[in-house]
Amino acid sequence: MNYYITDNTSTQSIALKDIPEVEYAALYEDLSERLKQEQYHIAHYFARPEQSRLMFYLILLDDEKHQIMVARFAMEYYDDIALPSLTALHPAVHPFEREIAELYNVEFGAMPWKKPLRFDENRRCRTSTIDTYPFYSIEGDSLHEVNVGPIHAGIIEPGAFRFTCNGENVLHLEIALGYQHRGVEDEFVATDNRLRQTLLSESIAGDSAIAHSSAFAMAVERLSNNKTSQRLQAERTIALELERMAMHIADTGALSMDVGYQLGQVACEALRTVTINTTQAWCGNRFGKGLIRPAGSNKPLTSEKIEMIRKNVEEVGRRYAEVSDDIKSSPTLLSRFEQCGIVPRTEMHRIGGVGMAARASGLGRDLRTSHPFAAYSTKLNHESITQHDGDVMARLMMRCQEVSQSVEYIKQLLATIDTTEAVPAPNYEQTLAPEHFAFGLVEGWRGEICHIAITNEEGKIDTYKVKEPSLHNWLALALAVRGEGISDFPICNKSFNLSYCGHDL
Amino acid sequence: MIFSKIKVLRSHGKQYIPDLNDVTLTEEFRGRPVLTPTDDMSDVEAAATLCPTQALSVAPFTLDLGRCLFCGECALRAPKNIRFTNDYKLGSTSREALVVTPQTEKIEFHPENIRPEIPQLFSHALKLRQVSAGGDASVEMELNATGNVNFDFGRYGVEFTASPRHSDGVVITGPISKNMAEPLDICYKAIPDPKIVIVCGSEACSGGLFSESKAVDRSFIENNRVDLWLPGAPTHPMTFIDGVMNITGKKQR
Ligand code: SF4
Repeated sequence: MNYYITDNTSTQSIALKDIPEVEYAALYEDLSERLKQEQYHIAHYFARPEQSRLMFYLILLDDEKHQIMVARFAMEYYDDIALPSLTALHPAVHPFEREIAELYNVEFGAMPWKKPLRFDENRRCRTSTIDTYPFYSIEGDSLHEVNVGPIHAGIIEPGAFRFTCNGENVLHLEIALGYQHRGVEDEFVATDNRLRQTLLSESIAGDSAIAHSSAFAMAVERLSNNKTSQRLQAERTIALELERMAMHIADTGALSMDVGYQLGQVACEALRTVTINTTQAWCGNRFGKGLIRPAGSNKPLTSEKIEMIRKNVEEVGRRYAEVSDDIKSSPTLLSRFEQCGIVPRTEMHRIGGVGMAARASGLGRDLRTSHPFAAYSTKLNHESITQHDGDVMARLMMRCQEVSQSVEYIKQLLATIDTTEAVPAPNYEQTLAPEHFAFGLVEGWRGEICHIAITNEEGKIDTYKVKEPSLHNWLALALAVRGEGISDFPICNKSFNLSYCGHDL
Repeated sequence: MIFSKIKVLRSHGKQYIPDLNDVTLTEEFRGRPVLTPTDDMSDVEAAATLCPTQALSVAPFTLDLGRCLFCGECALRAPKNIRFTNDYKLGSTSREALVVTPQTEKIEFHPENIRPEIPQLFSHALKLRQVSAGGDASVEMELNATGNVNFDFGRYGVEFTASPRHSDGVVITGPISKNMAEPLDICYKAIPDPKIVIVCGSEACSGGLFSESKAVDRSFIENNRVDLWLPGAPTHPMTFIDGVMNITGKKQR
């Protein structure tokens, strides 16, 4: 099949007319085969109305050849035909088909679990509401159901979890999301104010503000054919790795808390504080809001800040390694973390798992290696860390190892910054190429983030799509708890730490 | 095993902030802005056009912290007129007090608005239920941080509970998504009287970037009395701590 082929170092957007339009049958055939191989996975697959047609866009990633492949197909708006569902063959396609079906009432023939994805304000089907979500239920005298949410017991975001349990053991968990839906994608399109769009990207998921705003900046820079300097790219990469460190440490603390390991919890709380305060001392915000801006930066590093960051990450790296050593040498912790919440590699691949959680199962999904961008494509020779067991311990060890890798990367990159080299101020006025398509593909701390911007004939963004890694990985969590005691749910959940708002948009 | 623990402990040392009334944030932190009018207000005009949430107005020259996301962009456009200080004491009992004017030297707390039962009942212990309604997880993480080893707000008896039945009030984050409007209402009704309402974060105060979104439902804020408004994107733990200490009569700004 014919694809438009590009890669993640490209600085250009793609003219819509250059994206090959194919037949659904050909695409179905092609994807049925390709998705069997680990080499390929879908970065995004969505539809949007174009005149009287509904146009479907597919962005397929080839991890081995480092290519990004784009194709599209159209359906007449009032066509009443059912498209054969790919989900039936490859569950990885499920969230995408669910979204398309929810938004446009597209019929996917023989699609399993045909349920609304996030109760989007724009959904066509108004008959179902979030409080009548059709949970799967299993009948049986020895079974009972446990309903949790939408509001949870801690200070976290809402989502509804329905467990079907056999005694203490979880037979099945279904997760219904959408409570956090704010209309993010629509808000991108509703405004022409590039700064407002930038701030929107920062609030898609606050714990990944740097990763999402980087994806936005990359998409917009491609649309305005803007080449950013090596220095700016290095600074963005430092910010991304700081975000990764902070969240991995936070999650180590959260896991420690849930097993009553108070020493690890408080040590990690303090270390996360140092890390986010480092980000704050750089840019004024503990989550890095305000740091990533299209085409430039308001907060270029100074030599004092370089020294401050270097010192802090070194200290955090050293102390965090002590915590990780302590975890590894504490049998009581290992007995909770090991062999708990296993997602095997084959399952991870089938459901399209991405990022850190996929790597913990041995599936090497990492855009920093497969589709390098920013300093990963130039200054760093990134090698993905993987684990094999796919259990809570593996996901925890991923964090421990990635933090020390981040420390090294940050130090390496700080050493390359030449503070005399000018960094341009952000540009919110740049004109965007009309009728073009651009992507931003960034490996955040959770995994693969994909943003897509499409412009109309006036060069205004008229479709903006966001994919958070959580879109794929929520199902991994549901699979992880199968067969586990329900009391192990909290640590399984924290070991993934998925985003609700990033999923619900 | 024991040695690795001793190592962690030794490196950890003492982490808590000894006096929560004596905290200075980094100079980079963007807190209360200071506005200075000049004859030529064209820079402010440019900044107001750019402001992503229409928090900034030229005539009269005001900056509404309830809408502001503290991106700092206006101060870069109009450095003569707008400057952000690291003053984190941004909370108030009055929504109007969040509107900064050139005369503002501090955000007025307006203690006269505090219902008498609040300091009477909650000055020693205040248990809160948090509801995120479209919050982006950053405000939520900052609220978690108020109880962590650094801030340890629990030492003042302020903690978050797992159930609304055990709580004295609700802390709302996020612009209030439509899909959360009902659960929020149910949660609020489940809290025994008297109860307090705290809205945390500029998104919760005004809807922020989502104030016009069809997917947001602000009726809770219109229908209920808000006791404490806390701006921020996200609200810094110290802003929360300062606001709650003031409303419970533990200190006076
Ligand atoms: S700092 Fe606040 S007032 Fe200034 S531009 Fe940003 S949102 Fe607007």
